[in-house]
Amino acid sequence: MSTTLDPGRTGTDAGDPTPPGAPEDLLALAERVAGWARTGEDIEVYVARGDETEIRAYAGEVESLTSATSAGIGIRVVVDHRLGFAWAGSLDDSVLGETLAEARDNATFATPDEHVQLAVPDGVAAIPVDLWDEGLASVPTTAKVELALALEAQARGADRRIRQVDHADYGDGSVEMALVSTTGIRASSRKTSGFLSVGVIAGDGDASQTGGGYSVGRGFEGLDPGKATADAVLRAVRLLGATKGPSGRQTVVFDRRVATTLLSVVSSALSGEAVAKGRSFFAGRIGEVVGDHSLTLVDDPTDPRAYAAATYDAEGLACRRNVLIDSGVLRAFLYDTVSASRAGVSSTGSAVRGGFSGTPGPGCRALTLAPGPEGYDEEAVLAAVGEGLFVQSMTGVHSGVNPISGDFSVGAEGLMIRDGRLAEPVREITVASTLQRMLQSLVAVGADVEWLPGIAAGQTLAVGDMQISGV
Amino acid sequence: MIDTPVLDKVLSEALRHGGDFAEVFAEDRSTSSALLDDGRVEELSSGRERGAGIRVVSGETTGFAHTADLSESGLLRAAEAASAVARTGGGGTRTVEVVPLRSAGAGGGSNRPAGSGTKAETLELLTRADEAARATGDAVTQVQAGCGSSRRQVLIANSEGLLARDEQARTRFSVSCVATGDTGLQTGFESAARTLGFELFDEVSVEELARLAAGRALSKLAARPAPSGELPVVLAGGSGGILFHEACGHGLEADHIVKDASVYTGRVGQQVASPMVTLVDDGTVGSEWGTFAVDDEGRPAQRNVLIDHGVLTDYLWDYLRARKEGRVSSGNGRRQTYQHLPMVRMTNTFLLPGDEDPDEIVAQTPRGVYVAKLGGGQVNTTTGDFVFGTTEAYLIEGGKITEPLRDANLIGNGPEILTRIDAVATDFSMTPGTCGKDGQSVPVGCGQATMRLTGVTIGGTAE
Repeated sequence: MSTTLDPGRTGTDAGDPTPPGAPEDLLALAERVAGWARTGEDIEVYVARGDETEIRAYAGEVESLTSATSAGIGIRVVVDHRLGFAWAGSLDDSVLGETLAEARDNATFATPDEHVQLAVPDGVAAIPVDLWDEGLASVPTTAKVELALALEAQARGADRRIRQVDHADYGDGSVEMALVSTTGIRASSRKTSGFLSVGVIAGDGDASQTGGGYSVGRGFEGLDPGKATADAVLRAVRLLGATKGPSGRQTVVFDRRVATTLLSVVSSALSGEAVAKGRSFFAGRIGEVVGDHSLTLVDDPTDPRAYAAATYDAEGLACRRNVLIDSGVLRAFLYDTVSASRAGVSSTGSAVRGGFSGTPGPGCRALTLAPGPEGYDEEAVLAAVGEGLFVQSMTGVHSGVNPISGDFSVGAEGLMIRDGRLAEPVREITVASTLQRMLQSLVAVGADVEWLPGIAAGQTLAVGDMQISGV
Repeated sequence: MIDTPVLDKVLSEALRHGGDFAEVFAEDRSTSSALLDDGRVEELSSGRERGAGIRVVSGETTGFAHTADLSESGLLRAAEAASAVARTGGGGTRTVEVVPLRSAGAGGGSNRPAGSGTKAETLELLTRADEAARATGDAVTQVQAGCGSSRRQVLIANSEGLLARDEQARTRFSVSCVATGDTGLQTGFESAARTLGFELFDEVSVEELARLAAGRALSKLAARPAPSGELPVVLAGGSGGILFHEACGHGLEADHIVKDASVYTGRVGQQVASPMVTLVDDGTVGSEWGTFAVDDEGRPAQRNVLIDHGVLTDYLWDYLRARKEGRVSSGNGRRQTYQHLPMVRMTNTFLLPGDEDPDEIVAQTPRGVYVAKLGGGQVNTTTGDFVFGTTEAYLIEGGKITEPLRDANLIGNGPEILTRIDAVATDFSMTPGTCGKDGQSVPVGCGQATMRLTGVTIGGTAE
């Protein structure tokens, strides 16, 4: 449960699906609407359609089963360098014209801006990424229900200290999208996904601790309740007996899942739009040393293993590999068409959008750090660090990490590191530094890359000189 | 949105294969937003979404399906899908008839339409905010102002014969500033949001919001790193209410209680907080951000006292969890859209004011931290550990507010922190926020008067 004292922020997901495979009817629909453009205006039509199933098991029964289909359209209109946008959660003929008219009307109110324009094909060849699991559609609901129930049963019986399974969820979804513009863009893609997620509560006397585990994939096959359960149980059980940890300066080792969140936060400072608008601590620092020489940061959505891998970006340009920081030196930012024009460069194919109801902006999809030596996993990083704090989970990232100023302060729980191994558990502590200093103080990067839901890879990270606040 | 005979038919279809409860939640929502950034009106956006979510409950199991197709055939298909979970049940036909509910008790102002604000008016407000923020000082280098409004009509019908409607208009305005100095960049944010149409701007000055946001960024240019370790903390009235939202609000939601996933399970009747704490959740307060006439299960909003002078009196309930306990919902069943299942959520959650003078509380604090504004928080209801982050804070030295501090999270444990409140003032105010739970966001309000905590761990970088 988290709260933001900003009534405008909502929980829409970043990124969109973009693999090969052509939903011809969606393309035809997008083309038809784009064909309604008047002289002197450019139109971009984004249409998407999705199916999803979610099953939650509790105490040996199905607590809830949700099945749903949704579809929608988002239209951007550019007239005289003014942009207007409108969307609708339906693809009914009756709403298409209405949505276009609304987008046109909205455009008349925007401030003219020479950089406002739609993407134009840039000649970069798309690298097809196959993100569609053909088998998912034929998996019967009963099999999905059985998997959710099996997950819950396994979690409940995994360890005598597990006193409750807070949630045991199966979920899958498929999304197809098409993007057509009067400036020559014609792209479509489709993507499936499946996940298991379990949260357990371990108890020992009065004390309770929680842990979560996942298994994710492109479909039903391969989802592994054993992996999800083992991860959740390990995390909850090893925190039993945790006390408020000691204050002081420490080297902190971040668990892979936590590292994904860290990289995602850093990525907002690498947005070309944030840089152009003076909202990034990286602004004006291209060519400068911004991190330890071991720090190389790459965004590569063409890597099919990445959760948010894509063939096309959210403006229909080919996704491509972008090296952002090379051996500690800041090399590049991520751009969509408008922010690139503002900076006098070309789009890096990095537009992302939150589905049909959002407009594009630059962002990461598949960020990774160049890994340490082969076999350099959590155990090896802990051994190399020797003494410090291992952070298993962070809280308050939205309320304590500021990608503009770089201030970093989060709640944490985890285990102390003694003699290169995990030791006693700690909780109710904070870990603080600045993002700038953390990049400079990178001590170790694991080679244990794991792609988890999100826009960045998970890999064990060690950062020196962080302030721990506890007793 | 949907005729009564069609609702009867759809609910009957939903229970055709068995099940003991069925519900149709239909929604028609229009939103519009405008954004001024970098000195330009960058984007006006409008959206429209309508559809229905159908729920069938059979024993402990809920089936749910939603559709954007509000025609009779579209609704019947969704009812069929939602009823799939009841297939194993006894079956048999059941005819359902819904009766129009006595008008759903007008929650203050929530039935007023939003349409009175035009796009041109919005642009003028944004421009005025931009100018006011920039006029605060040359060090204000970037301003973003946003205005959003939504109008949501909902209709809820269920197999117990309930038929309720509500129309909710909401409007918000926010300003974010960046200030640049020798020490780098700093940020400031301020917003106003109400369950109102454009009447919001009769009550709220956008210039004032802009000056607050800009002032916050400017003051932090001279800020020193926040301390680390435990210190007394004085929370200014308004956003300090986030403390109660996280420290106990979520932990009092009955869905966590029935799963024994809250530190407050089994503690009704016990002293869980300082006697100065009387905590209320109230969906009927004026036009606050978490106000509505009926919740998303058709139950009228109500005032619920959760903690009375430190004693835990009750939890928050939705239909399902209340039914299990043989009681009625407390009007806290909410959902983000028709595409979501309802669950137990807070509305406006606040601490009743005390009788002390806010300045006196500061004067009687020899050393500590004064938090003028919080940005958000997060809690683990099972352990009770929670954080909340400052966006404007100062040191208190010798009973006086002195140097500004950089942003930091504070961390505590709910049941422990609630006993550490030793002063509550009279200067009550509310702050709007967005509460996220299990992937769903809903508007909420939180509030309190200036208050002091005898000790909280502050997560700064200073040793």
